[in-house]
Order: sequence, then structure tokens, then C-alpha cells
Amino acid sequence: MKKHILPAIKLTLILIVFFAVIYPFAVWAIAQAAPNGGKGEIVTFKGKTYYSNIGQAFTDDHYFWSRPSAANYNAAGSAGSNKGPSNPLYLEEVKGRIDTFLVHNPGITKAEIPADLITASASGLDPHVSLQAAQVQVKRIAKIRNIPEADLKTLVNEHTEKPLLGLFGPAKINVLKLNIALDELASK
Amino acid sequence: MNTEIIAIIVMFLGTIALAIPLGKYIAQVFAGNKTIFDPVFNPIERLFYKLTGIDPKVEMSWKQHMAAMLTINMIWFLLGMLVLMTQGVLPLNPDQNPSMTADLAFNTVISFVVNCNLQHYSGETGVSYLGQYWLMFLQFVSAGTGMAAAVTLFRAFRDKTAIDLGNFYEYFIKSCTRILLPLSFAVAIVLAFQGTPMTFEGKDTIVNLQGDTVQVSRGPAAAFVAIKHIGTNGGGFFGTNSAHPFENPTYLSNMVEMAAQMIVPFAMIFAFGYFIKRRKLSWMMFAVMTVGFLMLAIPNIKMEMEGNPALTSMGIDQSLGAMEGKEIRIGAATSGFWSIVTTVISTGSVNSMHDSSMPLSGMNELLAMMINSFYGGAGVGILNFFIFIILAVFISGLMVGRTPEFLGKKIEAREMKIAMIIALIHPFLILISAGLATAFPAQGASTLNNPGFHGFSEILYEYTSSSANNGSGFEGLGDNTPWWNISTGIVLILSRFLPIIGPVAIAGLLAKKKFIPEGEGTLQTDTATFGILVFTVIIIVAALSFFPALTLGPIAEYFSMR
Repeated sequence: MKKHILPAIKLTLILIVFFAVIYPFAVWAIAQAAPNGGKGEIVTFKGKTYYSNIGQAFTDDHYFWSRPSAANYNAAGSAGSNKGPSNPLYLEEVKGRIDTFLVHNPGITKAEIPADLITASASGLDPHVSLQAAQVQVKRIAKIRNIPEADLKTLVNEHTEKPLLGLFGPAKINVLKLNIALDELASK
Repeated sequence: MNTEIIAIIVMFLGTIALAIPLGKYIAQVFAGNKTIFDPVFNPIERLFYKLTGIDPKVEMSWKQHMAAMLTINMIWFLLGMLVLMTQGVLPLNPDQNPSMTADLAFNTVISFVVNCNLQHYSGETGVSYLGQYWLMFLQFVSAGTGMAAAVTLFRAFRDKTAIDLGNFYEYFIKSCTRILLPLSFAVAIVLAFQGTPMTFEGKDTIVNLQGDTVQVSRGPAAAFVAIKHIGTNGGGFFGTNSAHPFENPTYLSNMVEMAAQMIVPFAMIFAFGYFIKRRKLSWMMFAVMTVGFLMLAIPNIKMEMEGNPALTSMGIDQSLGAMEGKEIRIGAATSGFWSIVTTVISTGSVNSMHDSSMPLSGMNELLAMMINSFYGGAGVGILNFFIFIILAVFISGLMVGRTPEFLGKKIEAREMKIAMIIALIHPFLILISAGLATAFPAQGASTLNNPGFHGFSEILYEYTSSSANNGSGFEGLGDNTPWWNISTGIVLILSRFLPIIGPVAIAGLLAKKKFIPEGEGTLQTDTATFGILVFTVIIIVAALSFFPALTLGPIAEYFSMR
């Protein structure tokens, strides 16, 4: 074993230079051509900058709500609830979310509430909701913002991101982009 | 048809289609034949050898291989302790994250040295960028270690009778430079353009649209996430791993990451066939693994798509599936599929929170790691499977009353003893340590996030993941305590190095033996019949050892929800 020590130390040092310095810097150099220079994709609205991939908390009634989050949408960290499917406290929490949603959305029945609006995402930063989740909120927002429901439905449709190539993965809506468009529509 | 199901099928078949030529390439690399990357890597490797004084032409026996492997791993461990315990004062720390405590550093370094990547910290707050890059270095070299060990097995069965099994450093360096690096580089570029950050700047503070002030963690993640999958390591840059919208920003990135973690283990199986010129044997192995994999993956896709029955009974719309702990851009079906990909292969990266999986999905995730030989990690998967082949050869030898043989080599008492010890060490480590943690509630039960049967599953999962060198977790567990850090650390060391040394020892012993040409009475090991036999041995060993523990955890939870 002794005769291996010196070569192993030398090899380790060389490989550190190769894999932990040269490799990442090569990726970094190429990533300068990526959206926003590899610093995370952004959207700007009214002079302010937001990360389009990082979800934001939307709890006000005049915005489309995001999903519940175990990290409160503070991307200093990230967290799922890690609640097991049979955990009684968790099931109480979900019941509470359903009740809250029904109170804020008169005229909506329980069977119309999609699962994503009452369950916390894996990262706590999920930027998306399902199509159903946006559609089920149209009635509330139309009333509060005084915008015709048909216009909002068009807005939701315009912001629906289709599956990749129309074939792969779920359709989804970026809540931040939808709410920015909603603010723009309202200020017209 | 459901767009997620189409994506899963395309991605799975696409990965196999890519893995076959890659397997051929890997076989060429290790045989020392000409390959297209020679002009790039020959000079680089020559430089490595010159600077280190290593002569790649020196042949080593299996014992010398293991001595070289253990020595360099020890150096990585010592250096790693130093880096992680001082990272707070070292450069590249824009977020001023603290140095690790000794027990956390012990756990983290061991876990990355052994290719497990169990993480008892969160990337955003627990490591500096320097620390992250030290861990990324370990992701390369730990995968290279596993592959180098697998190649000694290749060599043992290619040469008719041999003591020398090639040079450890040569296999190790080639694995890192010629296989892991080009693949990681390609994946990293895709991820960077899909939106994974690649910046050395620290946290950004923003005021969101609704007016709340929040911070956004960033970092040089794209390079890290690529090797995390290519090397079947699985340790996340951010706390929530590939569920984090920076670590896995789109459905395309999800498909790429999923293929990236499967491709090297797949290719190693085909490489074995090309290397020893017995391609039918690798198809037998691949078929057995695939059947086992699909038997776990398909039920998980179905159960996650059906949603949580406890929520269904509340009367809400469950057409999206079980969305607790899942991301919308990934979806329930894809998350269910990934949960088995990442557990049969020893990756352990997650794109959904396994703690919130349906009870029997959780059981399948556990089973995948308990069996630990359907595909398996980079290099080590084939070593684990080899043990079951030896057991199956022995049993079939007993059944027909002949001395058991595999590829022209007699399997005798010594090899069988090693194979038995290695087959039993995995259940032994999991069950004993889970039993201990359960027996001391101050250490075990007090750290749980869920009550009842599911709580026991959290303990069982943590040790299963450690012993399988997987690294995923039922992450509700409050695992940054001295008990968890040290106990899982010990399990990690034993469950990494013994299952490497054991199979390599068997291969080394077999290689020395006289080659017996195939005759009429020789057991054919590349047939469907033998495949079924191997499969049966795997099921019996896993089912008998683990069924009681699974009954107390996920199975009890399942019936309690009916």
C-alpha cells in the first residue's frame, strides 16, 4: 500500500486541476452564451427583474395563486413538505387548504379543485400550475378585477405551455408570466 | 396517449439505443484499441503519467488493484475532511456558508467518496462553491473507481488463464477522461442552455411581483448536475436536488438527466459482452435487469398517476395524480418512473420527494435498492449482479450434480464463501442498523417527520439507501445528528468497499484457474433459462431477507389507508 501513496497524491492533485477547475471553467465559458449569461433566466416587468424559473408566492385574490409551498417561495433554500400520504396532520392541512380555496372562490365546487392547488410541490419553488388550476381561478379574478371571464380564459390559453414538441411531458402554465400578463391586461 | 407515457417510452428506448454503441466504445477504450478521441486524450493522459510517475503498463494482480484503489480513496477522504471543515474561511464562498462540523463532514465526504451522495446538508446553506466543486471532483473519481473495478472483472474473463488484470490507474484515468468527461460536458451544456445556472455569483435578492422580498440561490450548478447523473452519484447542488427548478428547469432537461443516469450502467453491460466477445451473455444480463426494473417502474407510474386515495376521498379532482412533493413541469407519471430509475441505479437524485410517494411506490423504491443489482451504479452494478450469477451457477450446478462452472472456470468453496458473504452483508447492514435506530427512540424516532408505519419507513429507507450506496432519502428525516451522520457513514464504507473487493477477489481467483473448454455438459449461462434462474435467486434473496421489514413499513401503511 505504501508505494501507492505518492502516486495517488500526485494523481489526485492533477485530477483536481482537470475536473474541478478546467472542466467547470470550460462549461462556464460556453454558458456565457446561454440565456442571461448562465445566471438564471429572467423576465423584466416595470423595470423589475424576476427569475422566470423560480416560482413566487401569489396569495392575493387578484392574482392567480401559486401552489402551496413548504419553502414559502424563498429561494434562499428549497424544500418539500416530505409529508407521508397517510399522515393525519397532513390530511388536516389539505382539508384546510380546500376550505380556504372554497371561501375565496365562491361558485366553485370541491370536485373542480385540481390536486396541485392543495398540495405542496417538491422544491417549494414550483413556478408552474396546471391548466385546471388556472381555469378554476378565472371566476374569482374576473369578479375582483372586473375583467370579462372570456378575456381571462383567452389569457390563460395564450400562456399555456404545450408539451415539448407537442409529444413529451405535461402542459403547464408559468404563474409569474401569467400574472404579469394579467397586470398588463388590467392596466390597458 | 398521455404525453408523459410517450416521453417515458421514447426516453427509455432512446437510452438503450445510445448505450449499445457507447458500450462498444467503452470496450474499445479498455482493450486499448484505437478510438475517435485518441488525438485528444492520448497527450493528456501521457502528461498525467509523466507528472505522477505512474507506468500504465505495469500489470497488477487483483490484490494490487485493490491496494491502489483503497489508497487513493483514503487520500480523497482525508483531503475532503480538510476542505469541508475549513470551507467557511476558504475562497469561493459568496454566501458565507459555514464550515461543516466533524460528524457532518465525515458523513458527507464518505458519502461522496463511495459514490452514494447521501446528503445531510442542503446545498444552498451547507457548502461553499469550493466545497461543491470538491464534491464534484469526488463525483468524477468515485464513478471512475467503480468502473475501474468492473474492468478487472472484464479482464478476468477475457484471458483464459491470468494472474495479471491490467493497471488500476490506467482503467481509472481512462474511465474519468474518456467516458465520464465527454458525456458530462455534453449534458452540462444542454442544462446550461435549458436554464440551469452556471455562475460564480452568490444569492440574489429580489422583490417579487406581490411585494415580498426573497432571496434566490444560484451557483455554478450545470457542470455539477451533469456529472451527478453521468457518474450515477445523485448528490444535488441545491437542497431539493433535481426537483429544484434551477437544477432541472424543463421537461427536456428532465429527459436528459434521466437518460444521463441510465446510460453508463447500461453501456457497461454491453461493454462486458463486447470485451469478452460474448454479446449474448450481456443481453441475458440486460434482459433480467430490464424485467426486474419494469416490474418495479410500471406499478409506480400507475400508483402515482392514480393519486393519493386519502385525498380522493375528500372529493377533489385527482386527475393530475399524487402531486404532494411533485413538480408540475415534470408530472406524476414521470416522477414515478424516475423514482425507480434512480433507485435501481445507485444515483439517488430525486425529482419528486420520495417521502410523499404512495405507500407501495415507496416500497418499490426500497425494493429497488434492496435488490441493488438491476442495472446498478457505474461499474459497481455489474459487480453486484455478478454475485447473483455466481450463486445461480452454484445452485444449478447442485441441481444437475456437476461442478459449477462459469465461462470455463470452476466455482469452488472459496469463491462461494465470498459470494455468500457479499450477498448477505447488504441485508445484514440494513436490518441491523435499522433495528438499532428503532430500538433507541432518542436517536431514531425523535428525528422522524411522520408518525406510525411511515415513520419506520423513513428509518428503513435511510439505511437501505446508505447500504445500496444510493443516496436518495425519505427526506423528512432530521438526519443531521451525530447518530445518523456516524451510523450511516459506517454503513456506507462497509457497503461500498466490501461489494467491490468481494467480486474482484472472486474474479481474480477464477482468472488464475485452468480454463475448461465448453463441453456438452457445460451449463449455458447466456440462455433465457439461466436468466430466469438468476432472476429467481435475486427475488428469493431480496424477498426473504427484507419482507418482514417491508411489512412493518410500507405494506402496513398501505393497508391502514384502505
